Amino acid sequence: MGTVVSFDVPARAGEPRGDGPLGRAVRWLHWVDATFSPYRDDSDVSQFGRGARPLAQCAPELAEVLEACAAISARSGGYFTTTPGGSFDPSGYVKGWAIERAAAILTAAGSAEHSVNGGGDVQCTGERVWRVGIADPLRPGRLALVVTGQDFAVATSGVAERGAHIIDPYTGQPPAGLASLTVVGARLAETDAYATAAFAMGSGARDWLEGLDGFEAFAITAAGATWQTSGFARYAG
Amino acid sequence: MRRVILAVTGTIAGLVALLSFKSHVPSSPVAATAGGPGSGSSSASSPSSASTSPPRGGGQTEAVPGAFPQGSLAGTLPAGETAVNGKVASTSYGPVQIQLIERSGKIVKVAVLVQPLNTLNDIQIGKFAFPKLISETLTAQDAKIDAVSGATYTSAGYVQSLQSALDKQH
Repeated sequence: MGTVVSFDVPARAGEPRGDGPLGRAVRWLHWVDATFSPYRDDSDVSQFGRGARPLAQCAPELAEVLEACAAISARSGGYFTTTPGGSFDPSGYVKGWAIERAAAILTAAGSAEHSVNGGGDVQCTGERVWRVGIADPLRPGRLALVVTGQDFAVATSGVAERGAHIIDPYTGQPPAGLASLTVVGARLAETDAYATAAFAMGSGARDWLEGLDGFEAFAITAAGATWQTSGFARYAG
Repeated sequence: MRRVILAVTGTIAGLVALLSFKSHVPSSPVAATAGGPGSGSSSASSPSSASTSPPRGGGQTEAVPGAFPQGSLAGTLPAGETAVNGKVASTSYGPVQIQLIERSGKIVKVAVLVQPLNTLNDIQIGKFAFPKLISETLTAQDAKIDAVSGATYTSAGYVQSLQSALDKQH
């Protein structure tokens, strides 16, 4: 998948870096990469995608991911897809899911407060109020706004990071109209997938997001205008 | 709170990965520590207690024009400001090293000590990317935020070296 993941966790005295819960979370991410990367020929995703390895011989997590992807695809009217470029690639779900799970590993190990940020998609855990800046896609290096919340996830899709990389599966073209779209929810796996799906919808995203329970959104259009869903204001810092 | 940055996979290792310069070919073999495919290694940055002088290496001492400090500011600082050097982060395009200037625990400047300058692309990309990365660093600090969503530019080398400087600072 190719991304940098940063962890923000309280230091524990005497604990060497990379050991303990943090080490487990990192090993999980490496395992996910080895298992789910479409760029590795021997990964379950690559082998399954070309029919060389049946699902039953893949890691059971792949079936879990497929099930979740199917649900999100149905819920998004097909705008979320596991074949964004024509071949099997569930990365649009796997990235957020892996980060959410890494945060859960830290929680299970006793950490009450941490955030995990994978390439700009963030899972925040804990009672404190977290402040997450939303990068301004039209003014690189600046923040468009800050969202605040407790125990929440923030995912942004857009053209800012590495050029257009989300394709409208119905047209095969990058969606017109939006420069970036941020979705806020409880858990990153769904939040991130919905941000991807909604961004692909372009102008149809707003109505669809308004109808999703438990998720709010903020968008910046290519022309620099903004809109937000009706419940977003409670996150605006 | 301690921040730990871990590079998970290698496909974005290096400054240049933040842009789609397909013609770029690394011109010098530099070991990538950001975790190449199959390496399985995480590179949690750790403060280096070694010297604060930039390491030698191919071409990176050559100055290029740009709107950001290049080279150490340590000798030019007013009283109350101190320089903290990050460790050298190796990327597939060459080494990257960042220097923070702090005053009362706050970052006031970021300088680039070492950057890939092996090709014209490296130089052009550096001129484009470093000012933005530095601006993001200062913006993030000013806004007192914990994380950035939709980060505009991802640079493993910059982030790793910056992180090791932050680790030293605290």
